[in-house]
Amino acid sequence: MNKRALAVLVCTAVSFVLVGLYIGLYLTAHPGTAIASASPEGGVQLNLATVPAAALNDPHPTWVSYYVVNTHDQDWQHKTTWVVPAHTLVHVTLYQYDGASGLRNPFLSQVTGTVGGTFDLNGKTTKTINPNATSHVFAIPAYGLTVPLLGVSATAKNPCSNAPCTLSQDHETITFTFRTGAKGLVRWQCFVPCAAGYIQGFGGPMQTVGYMDGFLKVV
Amino acid sequence: MQDTTPYFRRLVLIWLVSSVVLTALVVFVLAPGLPPGNATVQSSAAVVDNTVLFGISTPIALAVLLCLGYCLVVFRERPGSDTTLEGPAVRGNSSIQLWWLVITTTTVLFLAVFGSIELLKDGAGGGQGPNPLSVPAGHAIQVQVIAQQWEFTYRYPGYGGVETNSLEIPANSLIEFHVTSLDVIHSFWAYQLGVKADANPGEDNIAYVNTKAPLNFEVHCAELCGVYHGYMYNSGKVVPKAEFASWIAQQQKTFAPVSGNLPKYSRSYFPAPDRRGG
Repeated sequence: MNKRALAVLVCTAVSFVLVGLYIGLYLTAHPGTAIASASPEGGVQLNLATVPAAALNDPHPTWVSYYVVNTHDQDWQHKTTWVVPAHTLVHVTLYQYDGASGLRNPFLSQVTGTVGGTFDLNGKTTKTINPNATSHVFAIPAYGLTVPLLGVSATAKNPCSNAPCTLSQDHETITFTFRTGAKGLVRWQCFVPCAAGYIQGFGGPMQTVGYMDGFLKVV
Repeated sequence: MQDTTPYFRRLVLIWLVSSVVLTALVVFVLAPGLPPGNATVQSSAAVVDNTVLFGISTPIALAVLLCLGYCLVVFRERPGSDTTLEGPAVRGNSSIQLWWLVITTTTVLFLAVFGSIELLKDGAGGGQGPNPLSVPAGHAIQVQVIAQQWEFTYRYPGYGGVETNSLEIPANSLIEFHVTSLDVIHSFWAYQLGVKADANPGEDNIAYVNTKAPLNFEVHCAELCGVYHGYMYNSGKVVPKAEFASWIAQQQKTFAPVSGNLPKYSRSYFPAPDRRGG
């Protein structure tokens, strides 16, 4: 085998390895998975947070995002695939640290799909909020679930800028319960175009799995 | 020695017989069962259109395929043959050229006229823009389809402008869909109804459907609209009129809390955007 043929062979092999590596990394790079914990009320518990920007060590530290949180030990995990059992009540507590963006469709300012058709906003039973004061929406379209999340006041004295945040910082606490369906993968998403710096707020974290959207892995 | 075998006549005979048999099978057996089915007047018309197109294209496709197959078999190089034979050169044939022009022109013109008539008859379930050319006769129930990343919601201007997250329409009724979008370009595609209309931001795209009997149908977005385009689907129902009246009354009650937050009904919306966008 002459030198030229050998060079072609080596280059081809290296190209194949690089392409394979790229595809492999692409297919295996996905947001982490969190398992909902058992709830003393029956069913499972999910503690979530929405923040104006991800942690400073995140690949996108300026992107708005959801987090899974444990308020006791301040363990914040950037995971947007949540494992929950089928046909079970899921109790959600959501700490909302972001400011208001406003809904494009005010219809989504009414809660739907929760147990009782309401949610608790800072301990107060609520059905609808001001669409212009909405920061985000937690929605699972397949379940008809829509929960509008009130934005933190623009005059808040102690806002949180990047995850992780603390409960001493300004936030809204939203709790609600919904029932899961059959086993499968179910999408959840935000309906507020909240991607700062992108045209009409639709790019970046709104179009990338792992920030303002993700999946429920119903098992 | 000149080969006097009547190849062309044989080929035409084979084509004629097979065309009659296969076209009959396609028109009477295959085509009537094809989507979108017969759930609405528009979807039935689509089945008729597809049947006509299949009926015309079957003999044409057969002519091409049979000619190819016939040549491959009859004019193949046989074992033992050491020369490649070619037929006499074709120098033109006015008769064949004339027939070719007449048949193809007639076919194309027929399809153009037939297609135009079908489109103008009742809109064919397609989006006709804000000023439809073809408006079916009768009183229409208006339903506004509002697309947004990544969900459809529906408004009923004839019922106080109530907005819902599910679609129900009455049976045996004329429905006037007003399709619009709040963000990017989507497409409202309820194929069992025979409806497909683009949802453009700031535009009102009108499509008509005459429903028949009750049924469940699917709604999909048919325009690539972002990361969750593939998840942008839900289901709808055609229900008896009494059931629809009861359902819409329930929707008005359920969504009464949010009714004060909704903008006044409009044929399109320009939501205040960009507070976060760049």
